Amino acid sequence: MRLLSVALFVVTWWIASLLLGSAKLPPPPDVLQAMETEARTGALFLNLGVTLARVALSFVLAMTLGSAIGYWMGRHRLADRLGDPWLIILLNLPALVVIVLAYIWAGLTEAAAIAAIAINKLPTAVVTLREGTRALDPGLDEMARVFDFPRGRAFRHVVLPQLMPYIAAAARSGLALIWKIVLVAEFLGRPNGVGFEIGVAFQLFDIPLLLAYSLSFAAIVFAIETVLVQPFEAQLSRWRPRAA
Amino acid sequence: MRLEVDISRKEFANAAGKRHEVLRNIAFTLEPGEVGVIVGPSGCGKTTLLRILTGLDHDYQGHVSRPEHARIGMVFQEPRLLPWRSVEDNIRLAAPQINATRLSALFVVLELSEHRSHFPGELSLGLARRVALARALAVEPDFLVLDEPLASLDEALAARLRDQITTLLESWRTTTLLVTHNLDDAVRLGDRLFLLSARPATMLHALPIRLPRSARSEADIAAIRNELARLNRA
Repeated sequence: MRLLSVALFVVTWWIASLLLGSAKLPPPPDVLQAMETEARTGALFLNLGVTLARVALSFVLAMTLGSAIGYWMGRHRLADRLGDPWLIILLNLPALVVIVLAYIWAGLTEAAAIAAIAINKLPTAVVTLREGTRALDPGLDEMARVFDFPRGRAFRHVVLPQLMPYIAAAARSGLALIWKIVLVAEFLGRPNGVGFEIGVAFQLFDIPLLLAYSLSFAAIVFAIETVLVQPFEAQLSRWRPRAA
Repeated sequence: MRLEVDISRKEFANAAGKRHEVLRNIAFTLEPGEVGVIVGPSGCGKTTLLRILTGLDHDYQGHVSRPEHARIGMVFQEPRLLPWRSVEDNIRLAAPQINATRLSALFVVLELSEHRSHFPGELSLGLARRVALARALAVEPDFLVLDEPLASLDEALAARLRDQITTLLESWRTTTLLVTHNLDDAVRLGDRLFLLSARPATMLHALPIRLPRSARSEADIAAIRNELARLNRA
């Protein structure tokens, strides 16, 4: 079914390129050839690798920090009151502002790029985890207290499984957000990565190159979502009598 | 374990900030190994009382004395099992020290052996209650607390579980407090009955049953029940 849908996409693309002319939308073989050239020099893999590393780093950073802050805000009313205005500001700050400011303040460095991407994702993780923490079942908390569960055991077996759907949701939406932002950050201030190459292709008006990078990147996103994210989510909801 | 209870007052503030008195002047003692049964109308504050006695609620006036590190085994009104852990894991998490023989024996007595690897979501309420009971017993409690363990089960199922509880109480001899609104259950299971009034709950009568559980005939049970009903009306 998925293969069919991909094939349909390629066919539509080919027809569109015939209609628009290959200068505006090159047909699949041209793009494939550009991909091949880039792959042969190794640039394709290098740039994809660099971008993926940035995605991984900022994702891990934002998820750990965001989950911890969200849990804390969900548990403590005072923390929630203090943190809420910050959260609203961060949530509504455009990604571009964060990236540009980060580059101005910290220079065109790797740290600035990763921090900027992480900061963009952070507030949604905080909000999701805070909601999850508020929804924790007080009955199970009481059970753990009566049966004298040590803290670690209570967190791992009582709290964490209840938060897992929220963590999965935060990871899912966060990953989607990071896929989008990482290219902007690279476009604006990094000397490598898919975003940088797309920037170069844009300046040279090299549409096959542009599409070659975009599609390789999309393919990798697709692969990670199907191979890693979806099985992970299925594994989490294994105990549900009938997972939706 | 010996339990001494002397609660003079317990209040709750509702959402509008108004204070409601829930418990007033409740005092009783349970000797080690005794089964006390608290009987009272629905919603009178029995569960609140249990929360105080198990240390979940410290906001009350009065005094409760039990050994500080007494192990508590509790069966809540809803089973409160961890839905993401199997039946066996639910029990092992509460009682990590339990050995395989004792666990198996417990499963046999409560007829749970074939459900070991099931998840709580796959169990009926009756089964889930039994798992909760197994969990409470697996910790080898000094103080066993049962909050309406037979509520919302059909007649036959309730009778079976009641028999199982009776057997277990006989063999365990642990200080037990059971809450019910069913006089019949109270008379069959208890050594000491405590009758509570409607809200705010106060102690109406404390009634020891001298006859051992196993020696109570249907006629004895009926007689005690009538006595209770008479007290309740008076």
